[in-house]
Amino acid sequence: MKYMLLIYETPDTRELFTGAEGGELMGRVGAIMRELTDSGELVGTQALADPSNAKSVRTSGGSPAITDGPFAEAKEHLGGYVIVECDLERALDIASRWPAVRTGGMEVRPIMDVGGAEM
Amino acid sequence: MSGRDAVEDLLRALAPQVLGALVRRHGQFDACEDAVQEALIEAAEQWPERGLPDSPRGWLQAVAERRLVDGWRSERARREREERVAVLEPAEPSQTLDGDDTLALLFLCCHPALTPPSQIALTLRAVGGLTTDQIARAFLVPEATMAQRVSRAKQRIRASGGTFAMPPEHERDTRLRAVLHVLYLIFNEGYTASSGPALRRGELTVEAIRLARLLVRLLPDDPEVAGLLALMLLTDARRDARATSHGDLVPLAEQDRGRWDRAAIEEGIALLTATLPRGRVGAYQLQAAIAAVHAEAPSAEQTDWPQILALYMLLERVEPNPIVTLNRAVALAMADGPRAGLELLATLDGDERLAGHHRLAAVRAHLLELAGDDEAARDAYREAARRTTSLPEQRYLERRAARLPA
Repeated sequence: MKYMLLIYETPDTRELFTGAEGGELMGRVGAIMRELTDSGELVGTQALADPSNAKSVRTSGGSPAITDGPFAEAKEHLGGYVIVECDLERALDIASRWPAVRTGGMEVRPIMDVGGAEM
Repeated sequence: MSGRDAVEDLLRALAPQVLGALVRRHGQFDACEDAVQEALIEAAEQWPERGLPDSPRGWLQAVAERRLVDGWRSERARREREERVAVLEPAEPSQTLDGDDTLALLFLCCHPALTPPSQIALTLRAVGGLTTDQIARAFLVPEATMAQRVSRAKQRIRASGGTFAMPPEHERDTRLRAVLHVLYLIFNEGYTASSGPALRRGELTVEAIRLARLLVRLLPDDPEVAGLLALMLLTDARRDARATSHGDLVPLAEQDRGRWDRAAIEEGIALLTATLPRGRVGAYQLQAAIAAVHAEAPSAEQTDWPQILALYMLLERVEPNPIVTLNRAVALAMADGPRAGLELLATLDGDERLAGHHRLAAVRAHLLELAGDDEAARDAYREAARRTTSLPEQRYLERRAARLPA
């Protein structure tokens, strides 16, 4: 099964990563990524730019309207994702070890399969 | 069949033979497997253009040997080689037949120290002769990911002392079961994908059937090996009827049975008929027998449901698990009425292994619909649609919910 690990951050997350512990935390992220690459479980990963760079599109008066900034005011924002192929237990283990869990959180979501069984 | 397809078929058939001979000679499964893969890629590029060499197998063998020697020449490879030779002793040179080599390769690729995704990747490459790129595309992952799975698998085999030899007699049965499971997983991956945009993955069923046929030739007396091949053939026979041209799933009861592959069905039934009287009934034979009863029925209504129910009861005894019970509930509903099926389903409610599983809600929805309880059926279909992680299943379940009168 493929899972997407959504990394939710807060304004405190960047502080944490640029602070005194930052080097060690980045090291931990690097170690997890190496582990996932070596095992062949890593399917893809991306980090997202700060939400202040976001633009949002929503329908206004029947046509799409573009606004600056994220869609909704929120304490947490999506900071990036990791896609892994493994079982749920392992996906949860990876998520629990991710340093951003300390300030934000991780959401583990199964990815929809394009195949299916007839019933 | 185009020249390129013919070349691919030949390469896939030769791959395990060449690899087996190479490993017997040099004893380094890891390096030999890489060398054979390189030789296969070269052949796939050259042969369709320049024609087949006089001895295709000799050509592959020579090129693979050369690649192996090239590898040794590099400093790093030489250092690694000493470690490898220490662990992976070459099998004794003997009057080994190609078939035994292929069997030993299958056992090695499905080594218990590996995770199923690694077993699958290595089996398809080393025994199936597929390239890393082909396997990666079939499983919808980047090529680098698949390459890493293969090399990690080989590292683990080395670390756990796996050798290129037949497992000892007392392990043989467990190891064979692992091989059958890997082939079953490869088949399933291809079969469930054989609708919608990922059509290419359907090739995995062809590969799984080819490998299962190979195994039946190597172990003609094992009833479960034949049972697995029969199950694959009888299931794959439905491939053209299982989805609409838009990729929408068609349930068994509504499939156009005229589009089932009669030749595959006959072959599957013949295999089973020859196997069943030989005793030691296993889970693959029973599942194949159930598929055979469906295959022989002119319609869902005219299916021998009591027979299917009896087979599921046997299967539950051989391999008890809640999914089998779920399927038995469907058979029971068809044989004795939907209420009987729903009562059996109720016994699964507390089962942790099924907690939140969409199949439980989907079966309940179906039985409630049969019982005429449209409102509860609709809720159950919607719950199943929320729970499933398959896009075509979700569309199917939503359609079923919408079809019920409000």
